[in-house]
Amino acid sequence: MTASQQGKLFFSFLRIGLLGFGGGPSMIPLVHQEVVKRHAWMKDEEFADVLAIANTLPGPIATKMPGYIGFRVGGTLGCINAVLAVILPMIVAMILLLGLFSRHRDVAWIHGMSQGMVPVVMVMMGQLAWDFLNKSRLALGWAVSLVMAAVAGVLIYWLGVHPGLVIGALLVAAMLPPLTKRKSVEEAAQ
Amino acid sequence: MIYVQLFLAFFIPNIVGYGGGPAIIPLIEAEVVGRYGWMNAQEFAEVLGLGNALPSPIATKMAGYVGYEVAGAGGAVVAVLATVVPTLLLMLGALGLLYRYRDSPRVKRMSQWVRPVIAIMMAGMVLSFFSEGMTGAGLVHTSIIAAVAAIALFRFKAHPALVVVGALAYGGLLLG
Repeated sequence: MTASQQGKLFFSFLRIGLLGFGGGPSMIPLVHQEVVKRHAWMKDEEFADVLAIANTLPGPIATKMPGYIGFRVGGTLGCINAVLAVILPMIVAMILLLGLFSRHRDVAWIHGMSQGMVPVVMVMMGQLAWDFLNKSRLALGWAVSLVMAAVAGVLIYWLGVHPGLVIGALLVAAMLPPLTKRKSVEEAAQ
Repeated sequence: MIYVQLFLAFFIPNIVGYGGGPAIIPLIEAEVVGRYGWMNAQEFAEVLGLGNALPSPIATKMAGYVGYEVAGAGGAVVAVLATVVPTLLLMLGALGLLYRYRDSPRVKRMSQWVRPVIAIMMAGMVLSFFSEGMTGAGLVHTSIIAAVAAIALFRFKAHPALVVVGALAYGGLLLG
């Protein structure tokens, strides 16, 4: 692994990080563009497999992919190199910008800017909530989705159960029992 | 001690959060705002707003900034490591095993079952931002900004960064 290849790895993932707006999942096509099309570090099928594997694990997709691809291309150093290239510039930017912002919170117009941001974030979060509910509806149907959401809401907000516990229990439940009625209904229909 | 708390506050959301970075946001909010009280809803909204206006993954931007605010550069490093390293190590270490299960219906079911929980937590955040908007900017300004933002984002597919900048300008001029 030469320095020039580490350099290529770095600039590829730097580009991906700087062009990827809208969080990790929206960056996947950019990763594909750099890794498969531009540098041919992987073939299409292999990329699809790696993406599928990354999706079997929790956590942000936009760090698992660079980490794995970096490791494949340039070993441990390549792994660290690729992950840092994606995440570091904007972490520094966040700390600088928000740091400046919160040091001057008592200035009236900066305080106003901060208040102006809240409704926008509310709208964006509303859209995300709708996306997740809609995807859930497509997979599980309205009734199951809404009941699961309601039960989770009661557990988390009313009874104060830690959300990690609620989700952890669901993950275990999803892994354990034999695949349920849905499948047997489908089989019966065939 | 603060480092341990920071590690847990970012490790737990990332280890249970199926569905990529956005799914992790409400779980992080539950830790940072709800459990440890490092930030209030207003400050968390700033982090999210600016985070959405900048490129690169949202989970690591939030971890880096929150970690820095809570415990300086060391805190930023701890929070980012807690976000990135555990699942990456799993991926590198258990690749063969995971390869076998990549199309498993059980694995699909895991992310399917988590979604309704994430959705209700996101709805919870919408409510908390709404009440924050009511006490801060007030009903009229909150409605105007939210309506314009929604139209710009959904109808005209405006870039989120543009919408955030617009809200900053509106707030700076009219809410200051």
